[in-house]
Amino acid sequence: MHTMTSLTRRGLLKSGGALMVSFALGAALPKRSLAQNGPGGPAADVDSFIAIHTDGSVTIYTSKVDIGTGLATAFRQTAAEELGIPVERFNVVEGDTATTPNHGGTGGSSGIPRGAADIRRAAATARQALLDLGAKQLNRPAAELTISNGEVRPVNGSQGIAVATLIGGKRFSLKVDPQAPLKDPATYTVVGKPILRADVPAKCTGRHVYLQDLSVPGMLHGRVVRPPATGAKLLRVDESSIRAIPGVRVVRVESFLGVVAKDEWAAIRAARELKATWSEGSGLPGSAGFERTLREGPVDRDQSVANRGDAPTALAAVKPLSATYYWPFQSHASLAPSCAVADVKESGTTVWSASQNPFGLRGNLAKVFGIPQEKIHVIYMDGSGSYGGNGSDDAAADALLLSRAAGQPVRVQWMREDEHGWDPKGPAQLLDVRGAIDANGNIVAWKTEMWLPGGPQGERALLGPESAGLAQGHGQNAGAMTLNTDPPYATANLRVVAHSLKDTPLRLSNLRAPGKIANVFAVESFTDELAVAAAMDAAAFRRRALTDPRAIAVLERALAMIEWQPRPSPNPKAAVGNLHVGRGVAYMRYKQAENYVAMAMEVAVDRATGRVAVRRVTCAHDCGLIVNPDGLRNQVEGNIMQTLSRTLHEEVMFDRSRVTSVDWASYPVLTFPEAPAIEVALIDHPDQPSYGAGEAASAPVAAALANAIFDATGVRLRIVPFTAARVKAALRA
Amino acid sequence: MATYRFRVNGNAATVDSWDPDQPLLYVLRNTLGLHSAKFGCGLGQCGACTVLVDGKAVRSCVMPVRQAAGRAVTTLEGLGGAVPAAFIAEQAAQCGYCTSGMVMGAAALLAETPHPSLDRVKQGLGGNLCRCGTHTRILNAVMRVAKA
Repeated sequence: MHTMTSLTRRGLLKSGGALMVSFALGAALPKRSLAQNGPGGPAADVDSFIAIHTDGSVTIYTSKVDIGTGLATAFRQTAAEELGIPVERFNVVEGDTATTPNHGGTGGSSGIPRGAADIRRAAATARQALLDLGAKQLNRPAAELTISNGEVRPVNGSQGIAVATLIGGKRFSLKVDPQAPLKDPATYTVVGKPILRADVPAKCTGRHVYLQDLSVPGMLHGRVVRPPATGAKLLRVDESSIRAIPGVRVVRVESFLGVVAKDEWAAIRAARELKATWSEGSGLPGSAGFERTLREGPVDRDQSVANRGDAPTALAAVKPLSATYYWPFQSHASLAPSCAVADVKESGTTVWSASQNPFGLRGNLAKVFGIPQEKIHVIYMDGSGSYGGNGSDDAAADALLLSRAAGQPVRVQWMREDEHGWDPKGPAQLLDVRGAIDANGNIVAWKTEMWLPGGPQGERALLGPESAGLAQGHGQNAGAMTLNTDPPYATANLRVVAHSLKDTPLRLSNLRAPGKIANVFAVESFTDELAVAAAMDAAAFRRRALTDPRAIAVLERALAMIEWQPRPSPNPKAAVGNLHVGRGVAYMRYKQAENYVAMAMEVAVDRATGRVAVRRVTCAHDCGLIVNPDGLRNQVEGNIMQTLSRTLHEEVMFDRSRVTSVDWASYPVLTFPEAPAIEVALIDHPDQPSYGAGEAASAPVAAALANAIFDATGVRLRIVPFTAARVKAALRA
Repeated sequence: MATYRFRVNGNAATVDSWDPDQPLLYVLRNTLGLHSAKFGCGLGQCGACTVLVDGKAVRSCVMPVRQAAGRAVTTLEGLGGAVPAAFIAEQAAQCGYCTSGMVMGAAALLAETPHPSLDRVKQGLGGNLCRCGTHTRILNAVMRVAKA
């Protein structure tokens, strides 16, 4: 038995109801409320970040989310260090718009430099308050007191008083003091230690509760039926096509088509088997030959990224080298298809989401659905790794649409083809590089010209609301795409121009180290090409053009680890049986302002099959002060492995109507038999600012790999991915 | 509505399914409340849903519930032993969404080959995808048990 729920756009907006008067807060934290703590506000109160409970435990509140990066552990360490309370007593509440402050979403490797810095200042302010409270209780000046092991006590070590006794269960009622004294990093005992992540044991025993595992009373399972072609309109739905499937309701809002059912399998089968008739789509250019589309498409704006000396004139005076590099659209390809649970009620809407930006999602949903922001409660729960903006926010809008139509809470989990097909994509990039060296191998001029798919910046349209005909922005939000387009090496004449096109065939979003991987691929591949032209060793060529001691330190460390033997490329002794072996190196400073990373690789290329085997990777990584070396190492290893996958295998394929790489067979990723040995050296600078490490080590991977393949084969790969077929063809060309 | 009987983590389970082709994964997660096995692809391509059926690693997202009838199913909740402990010791997780399937795949491999080589482990986990790039630690965890 089915009931068809068909709403007009007007009806949909109306059914949201503007007459909500109260909003139920999460029961788990009854003591925190909008009025008391100002969550979502300017994040200026100590209490918005930190609560010390009567049992001596401490909760950190943050809008930044962990998603398996170890960020929450770094937050615990940072606060524990400043407060002098054992790190085991800390827990973290992430991304709850009713209880956490809004100090930004999670991305751009900002979790440590900004997120942890905010928490550190709040903890430092709290420390001063605790010392003052202790001074009164102990009748001693605060200057003679310290906090250790959760007790305020005289520096000379006599009897102290527990912080829970001083403030447990009570509020600090203090603004965060940006001038509050911070602990000297030289005295750190918690920051810098490989504290184990609290989430790992439950993840390894199947007990960690993911968003995908959430069930709320009365919840239905929903699935969305996406059109067969991008932009196609829904013309007809034949409900009789799913008559045999029990308990399914079809939801249609203009061209938004979904099903809900009590039974998840019924929803899945119904979505799969529901017959619908769609119009033609709006048309795509196709992924084959997209380089040309990028180069020739109408340009929205040109950006001068760097301009020093006179590169065009300097290049005109000599015979420059030139090369073109292409990076394809790539998917976040999250292992878990995006998921959300929404409960739309008259009294307020609750959305559980794995969004990396719960406050941003709330604002966007409020705008798109016409619901006052304070009537939407977004609660973050862990999903799988998202590496930027995957389909999470879209799934939230799907769940909201379905819950609103069904009048019950609805859980939506996308199917695999939804995630691969419809997640917003990491942009394609085309880079032309020209450069020249003098007789001594110095870079005399360098010019980079880049083309990016684009459109106006701003809020990206959410898929479900777009189909439902709701008014919304149509911006793109892949950001900081132009950083690392200039070489890190000395050159008097430099010009970098980025052309952003008016349009993009696929929706765009940030995908780990947005822009920087392709940019460093171009810059560091081309640097290698210049070294080859100079008949110089690739490492020596770089080394002599670097002056920053931290840059030189990581380069030399990565080279030492791989026992680099100086010589020009290609490898004169590459052939070993059917294989050709070689090594490559790449260096970069992330965003030209943050982490220093150098990476070297050894590869073996099978000339018969074109298969590239990465045997060994060495990486030296300097992110300033290290908060947690084990968490950092995990991130660096992950960056390397994931970017090897992106470089060797990944390209979103699309035809004239839709994305066609919609599963793990058509969009393969790196598998265990391909996993190389990775050696990571972490260089700690406790006296330097701490940079985030969620992205940096991914940036030099593709270039180091391309350089190693050139060393092994004498063939330069300038188009990603380096599939066996592409390598084989290049070897025969 | 047909009824299916099998054992799950040592206990007898009786479940109803309106569709004999309903994959075991949904029965485990939604009927029995065992959430360790995850939906990743529904195509048997990623391994996130891996459970043991009569001791063998099976992709529960493509095994119809009728095929589980009369057999012994083990999910990570009921596994225990050295493999989860080794994963914890090596901190072999990032997001952890693939981890249950990894642990189950590794447990099946180690049951069959108690002391595999690193290459054998890589081949054995070849059908389990990890998107965060935690491969090195996962291999270290399995080798920790393999060498014990």
